[in-house]
Amino acid sequence: MERFIRLSGRAAAMPAANIDTDVIMPKAFLKGIDRSGLALGLFHDLRFDESGAVREDFILNRADMAQTRFLIVGPNFGCGSSREHAVWGMLQYGIRGIIGSSYGAIFADNAANNGLLLLSLPTAEIAALMAELVDGAGEMTVDLDAQRIAMGGYAADFDIDPATRQALMLGLDRIGETLTHADRIRAFEKAYLGRKPWLMSAASDEQ
Amino acid sequence: MSAPKTLYDKIVDEHRILSFDESGEAGERLLLYIDRTVLNEYTSPQAFSGLRAAGRAPWRPAASLGVVDHVNSTHPDRDADELDDGARRQIEYLGENGRDFGIEIFDLFDPRQGIEHVVMPELGLVLPGMVIAAGDSHSTTYGAFGVVGFGIGTSDIEHLLATQTLVYRRLRTMRITIGGTLAPGITAKDLIMEVIRRIGADGAAGHAVEFAGEAIGALGVEARMTICNMAVECGARVALMAPDDTVVEYIAGCPRAPSPALLAAARADWQALRSDAAARFDKEVELDAAEIPPMVSWGTSPDQSLAITGIVPDPDDLPAERRADAVRAMAYMGLAPHTRLQDIAIDRAFIGSCTNARLTDLRDAARILKGRKVAPGVRAMISPGSSGVRRAAEAEGIDRIFIEAGFEWRRSGCSLCLAMNDDSLAPGERCASSTNRNFEGRQGIGGRTHLMSPAMVAAAAVTGRLADVRELAAEELD
Repeated sequence: MERFIRLSGRAAAMPAANIDTDVIMPKAFLKGIDRSGLALGLFHDLRFDESGAVREDFILNRADMAQTRFLIVGPNFGCGSSREHAVWGMLQYGIRGIIGSSYGAIFADNAANNGLLLLSLPTAEIAALMAELVDGAGEMTVDLDAQRIAMGGYAADFDIDPATRQALMLGLDRIGETLTHADRIRAFEKAYLGRKPWLMSAASDEQ
Repeated sequence: MSAPKTLYDKIVDEHRILSFDESGEAGERLLLYIDRTVLNEYTSPQAFSGLRAAGRAPWRPAASLGVVDHVNSTHPDRDADELDDGARRQIEYLGENGRDFGIEIFDLFDPRQGIEHVVMPELGLVLPGMVIAAGDSHSTTYGAFGVVGFGIGTSDIEHLLATQTLVYRRLRTMRITIGGTLAPGITAKDLIMEVIRRIGADGAAGHAVEFAGEAIGALGVEARMTICNMAVECGARVALMAPDDTVVEYIAGCPRAPSPALLAAARADWQALRSDAAARFDKEVELDAAEIPPMVSWGTSPDQSLAITGIVPDPDDLPAERRADAVRAMAYMGLAPHTRLQDIAIDRAFIGSCTNARLTDLRDAARILKGRKVAPGVRAMISPGSSGVRRAAEAEGIDRIFIEAGFEWRRSGCSLCLAMNDDSLAPGERCASSTNRNFEGRQGIGGRTHLMSPAMVAAAAVTGRLADVRELAAEELD
């Protein structure tokens, strides 16, 4: 996963509330067994009409937005389905960071697991950021090391969960890290299942 | 005497292998033991590929079950299934992963095949006090059994398979207490839709929600599953109900239930699975069940819903921050403000999904359909939640009621709930649906979804428009 330390780039506003993962990555792009080809799927039905023609009025289709790196979004962004394809598609398209007030919980976990930065700012800060937009867009810099965000005349410090920040900056092997605790997991499991023997009946080949 | 605890915190504590910060409070970062998972063909492939690439194997293969449900056709004749190449590969790869890693798989032709969240409970694989995480957002369903159930993405599926754990953040807690009694004809679906309408699509964000109150205790297990299932639509990461005798009796009748001796021991342990009387919740909400009407959604977010007796709202009457979204939703749905909901004509009717396709749901709909016919011009489909539900319904003769009314009696799968298979709406088609999400394009590009209970779908199917089930069911409800 690509590390995020400091990045400047184009930011596009998508202020509607409750933009769900069905809209972010429609079902037609969920039929793979690998992670490829998802840049095309990102916001597909907003970017293209039913005949496949480009919808010129959609913000990411504008000539000045070709290099969009950030989205500024409305509340509850990424709600709905657990499909991680939504996050893979963002990164493959080139989106590296999302700035909003709240997110679907599974989407937020998926983002953290893949190095997509999500910033959760108070709604007043989002409003202040939106006030800097020109034609729904702006030039944004997010410095994760310094925990500082700037766009136009707006600049502020932000809070972020320290573990998430560290993973974004260092790109850790999460499974490898957990497996350093393998002995403790094994000991826990033995005691736990010993204490609750009925749980084994619900396991397929332990009957 | 330890401090009073919520049910959620008790279960998390019981599964905490180690804490990274020892806080014990909401936000605590900990390593959580996961009892079970269920894998489907579309969110698991990349997790297995990740294991293969790293040379890892599942920690405890017997704690996993794989089920084909999302991409398969629901065509009545399974041998005639027209699968696209992608769907076929996903199904084959799930089977291959099952064989290579020793995980039990119910493929398309298995008599136990069905929607994952219907199959797991009906087998008896969901037991009180468990933590179940799975690659589908509706894993909250298991909360009906007093289980911490939640959806995860594919990276976390891989982590879970490799370690039987997840790195977990303890949630804040919320209690939704529903007092009183549901009026005749009102179902669990109406109840949860009213909760979502009231608190909003992100009203429970970041919270583990415990449903409590006499209206919950009066419900059967399947109705409780409907509530916990759809709680994710108001942002709940976990939905929970304290297990009671109703739950234990349900489990005792399942094919893989613990033996009677083990069940007796379990039962004693499960007594503790309730929030302590003095436990504090971060948020409390109270509702009176008696005031809940039959609900339908009018918009493109599950919180955009109303009583069936209502009218499509005027955006100008809504709070400023909801206005633009309402205007957009109405344009997508092809609805004008002030339209009476009962004047809205439908093209399609669908009963199915992990929310509302269990036997009691089918019985509810059949009561309305008996002796009636689907209105001319309406295409009506029923996809039972599992092959087991389908057989049980056939044994009761319910299939005949659906077929004689003019419904297509389909096979089991997620089907038109998310239209990953060949069941989908055409652009502009309007569907009365017993599913869980009315998102734009969810049931097909340009398709228009109205969420409601199975009985309300039946009522809409026979009248050809959104209808008040109470008017059709007057005699049954007396």
